[in-house]
This record gives sequence, C-alpha cells and structure tokens, in this order.
Amino acid sequence: MNFTFSEEQLLIRDAAERYFREAGGPEIRRRHQALIGGFCPETWAAFADMGWLALGIPEVFGGIGGGGVETAILMEAMGRGLSVQPYLATVGLAAWAVSHGAPPDLAAAVLPRVAAGELILSFAHLEPGMRHDLDRVACRAVADGGAFRLTGEKVLAPFGGQAVMTVVAARTAGAPGETQGLTLFLIDVDAPGLTLRDHATVDDLRAATLVLDDVPVPAERILGEVDDGHGLLSAAVDRGAALLAAEATGLMAALVDGTVGYLKQRRQFDRPLSAFQALQHRLTEMYLETELTRSLVYMAAVRIDGDDPQAAARAVAQAKAKTGQAGRLVGQEAVQLHGGMGVTDEMAVGHYFKRLTMIDQALGDRAHHLERLAAAPD
Amino acid sequence: MDLTLTAEERAFRAEVRAFLRANIPAETKRKVDLGLPLVKDDYVVWQKILYARGWIAPTWPKEHGGPGWSPIQRYLFDEELAAASSPRLITFGLKMLGPVLIEFGTEAQKARFLPRILASDDWWCQGYSEPGAGSDLAALTTRAVPDDDDYIVNGQKTWTTLAQYADWMFCLVRTSNEAKKQAGISFLLIDMTTPGVTVRPIRMLDGGVEINDVFLEDVRVPKENLVGAENDGWTVAKFLLTRERFGIAGVARSKVQMARVRDIAAKELKGGCPLIEDARFRERLAEVEIDLTALEMTELRLLSEEAAGRPPGPESSILKLKGTEVQQAITELLLDACGINGHALDPDLIDGLARTDGANLVPLVPEHAATVAGHYFNWRKASIYGGSNEVQRNIIAKAILGL
Ligand SMILES: Cc1cc2nc3c(=O)[nH]c(=O)nc-3n(C[C@H](O)[C@H](O)[C@H](O)COP(=O)(O)OP(=O)(O)OC[C@H]3O[C@@H](n4cnc5c(N)ncnc54)[C@H](O)[C@@H]3O)c2cc1C
Repeated sequence: MNFTFSEEQLLIRDAAERYFREAGGPEIRRRHQALIGGFCPETWAAFADMGWLALGIPEVFGGIGGGGVETAILMEAMGRGLSVQPYLATVGLAAWAVSHGAPPDLAAAVLPRVAAGELILSFAHLEPGMRHDLDRVACRAVADGGAFRLTGEKVLAPFGGQAVMTVVAARTAGAPGETQGLTLFLIDVDAPGLTLRDHATVDDLRAATLVLDDVPVPAERILGEVDDGHGLLSAAVDRGAALLAAEATGLMAALVDGTVGYLKQRRQFDRPLSAFQALQHRLTEMYLETELTRSLVYMAAVRIDGDDPQAAARAVAQAKAKTGQAGRLVGQEAVQLHGGMGVTDEMAVGHYFKRLTMIDQALGDRAHHLERLAAAPD
Repeated sequence: MDLTLTAEERAFRAEVRAFLRANIPAETKRKVDLGLPLVKDDYVVWQKILYARGWIAPTWPKEHGGPGWSPIQRYLFDEELAAASSPRLITFGLKMLGPVLIEFGTEAQKARFLPRILASDDWWCQGYSEPGAGSDLAALTTRAVPDDDDYIVNGQKTWTTLAQYADWMFCLVRTSNEAKKQAGISFLLIDMTTPGVTVRPIRMLDGGVEINDVFLEDVRVPKENLVGAENDGWTVAKFLLTRERFGIAGVARSKVQMARVRDIAAKELKGGCPLIEDARFRERLAEVEIDLTALEMTELRLLSEEAAGRPPGPESSILKLKGTEVQQAITELLLDACGINGHALDPDLIDGLARTDGANLVPLVPEHAATVAGHYFNWRKASIYGGSNEVQRNIIAKAILGL
C-alpha cells in the first residue's frame, strides 16, 4: 500500500498547479465565457501541448496512457483554477468510452485527434425525466440494415455545442427501467436529423440539448456491445463522477484558502475577522471536510483502474456522496464568511460556490450515491 | 394555551383571504409563484391596493394609519399575504422608517413622510452598511458636517437594497469622532435626487441586480432631515434593527415554499415515479417541516407575549436566525427536487415568463425548474443581511444568556 504520488504524478500536479496559478481563476473564466461557447481554443491547445488531452488514451492511439489518478490530479488542479474547458466531457467521459468500447478503426480515427487537441467530444446520456437513473434512457435506436436510426431527446450534453462528436446512450431493446437493451453510439453532431441547442448552465459552463429525429448511425459507430451498453455506460459515468469529485476537491481547497486569506485581511471590530475563534472553528471544519473528501477521491481514482468493478463502484459512490455533503458545507460556509462580498458576481468565491453546488447535481447527486451504497450487498 | 382560532379570528381571516385573492394582479401572482424577478411597478401597484383597503401598515398605530390589529391578526394577515402569492412588501418605509418616525420623528417629519410611505409614493432604501462597516456597523465613516442649515455628507454606502428604485434613503452618518464610536452617529434622511448622490448597481452571483453602492459626494442635506438628536442615531438604528429582525422570519412565506416543494416533487421523477413518493425525500421534507413548525410556534409564543404587553427584545434574533436557516433549507429542497432539470440556464425562459406578451420559446427546462438554482444561490444572502447569523448568535449569547 502506498498513498504517495509517483515521480510522474508529481510532475503532472506541479505543472498543472503552475499553469492554473497563472491562467486560472474567475477572471480568465469570464474572458473564456465571452468567447463563443465559453470555449477557449488557445487554452485547449495549451492543454494538448502539456499532454493532458492524451492522458488515459492508449499509446497506440497517440495517447500517453496513465489512468484515474493522473486524471484526478489534473481535475483537482482544474477545480482550483475554475477551468471552464470541456476536459471532463472530452477526456474523462467520451474518450474513455471510445478507448474501452470502440472498434480499433474508430478508435484510431478518433483518439489521436483528441490527444492532439483537434477534436472535442461530448457525452449525451441524460434525458429530461431521468434524474440520475441510467436505466431510464428512453431514446430509441432502431436497427436499419446494419445501421441504426436514433430518435429521442438528450439534455445537458457538456459542451455539446462545441463538440464535433458525442457519445449517445440509446435503447436498442427493452423499456426504460431495464438495464438490458442499452447501446452506446458515437455520433457526429452535424448528423442529419440532429438539432442541437447550445446553452449556458447555471454554473456558467456550456451544455447542449440534442433532439434526434431518425438520425442515421452506421454500425462502425457502436461502442461496446449492442443491447449490453449499461456496463460501459455506468463505468464511464462512475469514472466521470470520480473526476468530478476530484474537481470538487480542488474547488473546496481553493475556497478554504480563499476564505482563510479573506478573514485574515478583513477587519471588523478593530481586529481581523480571523481572530474570532468562532470563525476559526468554522474554517477548521471546512478544511477537515476538504481533506476527508480528497482522501476518498484518491481512493476512488485508484479503484476505477482496478480489476474489481464492485469495489470501484463503491469507492466512487462514497467519494461522490461525500463530495455532495462536504461541497455544500464548504461552499455555503465560504460564501457566509465572506459576508456581503460572498454573494457578489465580482468575487471569486461565488463562482467556485456555484460550480461546487452543481457538481453535486451532476453524474449522481448525494441522494443517488447514498442509495447505491445502501442497496449494495454487505 | 389554545391553538384554535376564535370565531372572530376565523372571520377576520376569511375576510382577508377573500380580499387578497380577489385583488392581487394575476401577473404579479404568477411571477411570485414561479420565483421570477419583479419590477418596481409590481410592488407599487400591489401596495397601493393594500393601502386603499387600509391594510398596508399592520404594525402602525391606528392614529397614523394602521388598521389597529392584534398581533394574532397581524400573523393571520401575513399568512394570507403569502398564501395569496403577494410579493414581499417593501419593508424599508413600512416596517423600518415608519415606526422610527412615529417613535423619534418631529411632527413635521411625520406629516411630511408618513402619508407618502403609506401610499407607496416614496420608495425608501436603507443606508447603513459601508465597505468598512458591515457587522461592525458602528465603525461607519460617512461624514456629515454642519453648514448653516444643512449637513454636507461625504462617504459611501454599500449593499443598499433596491436603491436603484429609491426616492429617499435613511442613512447613518458620523457627526462626531469624539466619544465612543456609537456615540457620534446620526440618523439622516437623504433625497436620492440631491446632487452628489450616485447609485452603482452590484451584480449578484445569480446575475440579478438588487443591491447597490451609493456614493455620497458633497451631498447637501437640510438639518430638518435629522431624525432624533444629533449624535443619538445609534438609539434610532438599534430600534429599527430589532424591527427588521422580527419581520425577517418569513414563516408564512416558507410554508408556501414548502407547498411549492411538494408540488414540484409531484412533477419531478425518480426511478420513473414521482419524487414525492420517495421515502428518503419525504423524510427530508419532514425534517424541514419540523423546524418550520417549531419556528412558527416560537413566533406565536413571542406574539402572545407582545399581545400581553411584553414586546420582543433580543428574542427577535431567534426568529431571524432560524427563519433564514429554514428559508435556505427550502431553497436546497427545491434545488435537489429539480435535480438535473435545474442545471440549464434559460434566461429567455425566465425573461419570457416574466413578460406578458408570451414569448414563444421552446424552454430548455420545465417552467418550475427555471429559477431554482438561481434562487438557491441568491438566498445565501438571507443569513448575511439584517445582521448576519453570526451577529445574531453574539446577541443571543450576550443579551439572553448573559455571556
Ligand atoms: C443581499 C444583501 C442586501 C443587503 N441590504 C442592505 C441594505 O439595504 N442596507 C444596508 O445598510 N445593508 C444591507 N446589507 C448589508 C448587510 O447588513 C451586511 O452584509 C452584513 O451586516 C454583514 O456585513 P459584511 O458584509 O461587511 O460582512 P463582515 O462584517 O465582513 O462579516 C464577514 C463574516 O464574518 C462574520 N463576523 C463578523 N463579525 C463577527 C463576530 N464578531 N463574530 C463572529 N462572526 C463575525 C460575519 O457574520 C460574516 O459571516 C445587505 C447585504 C446583503 C448581502
């Protein structure tokens, strides 16, 4: 057992922290948002240069390998830097599903371009009434010769409007509520019959609603097995959840630091607010919760690459459930301790708080993951 | 002790209910139901309707235009207001300055300002906080220097709610640096159209604009606008803050919001079934409901004390503290109930819903989920304003527990 980072992991962490110290934060993010789609091509190119977009992609497909821990380290740094880029969608979710589900020709056509920063991918599994239940997918894929035709509605595809392709979960058999009958496809966003609406999210990211009306998808674009996609889908979503928890850890750490710094500098009653013990204890609690979350995140990041899927699912559920609770506490406390400043758009704290809040609502909220844990056999 | 209403109280409630339901403008009601932003007219038009009925200022003595209600009647009125989807009545004139003028104002001030507050002809804002004086309000530095019959005021106020609509601001200013810092403060009424007054909006984290910086640069204020004695503004300010805290519990409104949670949970799905059928979610509802009921019963106990001639003191801090905690817990329930449906930001939908011309848009999210996230973000303010919840704890520790 060893909980220290390897030499290589430390390099990734230091490079990422350095990069986001210089390029991260709400000011940069605001500038990115002003660009079309909130996506910044220069930043994306920088990510590619640093090899971040190649993480987790097998070397034969232009990647540099690496796995959950490396990606989590990076996501944590992105959280700290309040990065607005489609990293999770492209690398964390879609490229992983392609790596693990695509036929070799498709993987060879897609992954090197992802690693090079030429291709943004999205991940469209959610539908309006689905909440967090993956088996509620209703979008239909009807066989048409060797190909399929997809009809349905997808929501909150992250950076769907900036992506060239997106993973779509659809039902080739069965009914909503059944795990059997799901299939994953990689479709072109400009496919005929697909209408896309790009929009902002409440935490100032971009997402898209996709309406699919008889969209043709060739058989070569199937990821994994037909009708048997639930395993691949839930593994991808779990990986994404672990990475979101890593991002949340970075956000929380930034909020702890930012709030400590603010209270040291803000004076009321002729002393710094940090001199009030009641507030010191609140900061201490924020710090404790952040560290505990971070520990679970590292555990989950290791487990998602392990060979025990049950242990992985459990670790992710624990990490994500903890993130929901700790993230809410840390976010609310950070705002509260900033006083009026905390509820302004001008201060960083509000932006971190918003993102942290919505991470709980993405890829399974606290209630969802608690339920998974409660339902799992002892 | 008796939890049932008397026949007269029931009759009173029926009368109030009938009037409010029949007279609330439909558009205003719809905006309130959906949590949409309100504009100045939404407030003013409705307040004028209540004014015409004689019900705009339940806490004012009869001789100044109050309806002469008992505390229980006031409580029932608040309940019915919330149930009728009334906007929050703008408190600055009605619940803050009005009682202050009645208590401390000169006859001329009462005659000049009270009728216009009642009629919602003047919109007031509260100029207490400054960049360097938040929790430590007495540290305020905005200066008022006498000059003949006037004061010349220089300084900056901040977080001033809805100052963009305001005709007047009641303001704490420093008139002396000599004694203890509380002793050099005065309470001044400033016409917002006076040269030297500049209002700059502050964008909040949900994108809304409801707070402002107010810059005061050589603003000339007639001395007749001083309320109470010079350097005795702290007494006035404290009187007002206790009032502010009482109104802030918002029990009636929270009850309506709880109903909204249930309503939304009946529409939202989990595992293909309405969320409202989910045992875990129902438990969370029950927990918040316990807190809300406890708060309501506590408020009623305090109201009964008041009815018996013992007006609330530092106990009003309990209501502010717990009231805002419950409000915030409800915004969390709303957010969690909507789940992924609350994630998309649809300004066109919010905008379109807030307009009457019926913008024809395909919404990104269900109507009921359009504002839940913004509302949750925005409502973090409730534990900060009106004396932060930490400050309320300090008050309870000192003034009630004697620590
Ligand atoms: C939406 C909104 C509307 C407002 N509207 C108005 C208005 O209309 N008019 C007006 O005058 N003001 C208004 N305010 C200002 C409000 O009263 C102040 O924000 C509040 O008093 C806190 O002051 P501050 O923001 O400077 O925070 P600070 O005083 O800097 O406090 C920061 C944090 O430290 C805590 N803290 C401070 N001192 C102590 C202590 N001794 N012990 C423990 N904890 C402490 C606070 O509770 C807070 O959590 C508004 C504020 C908001 C957010």
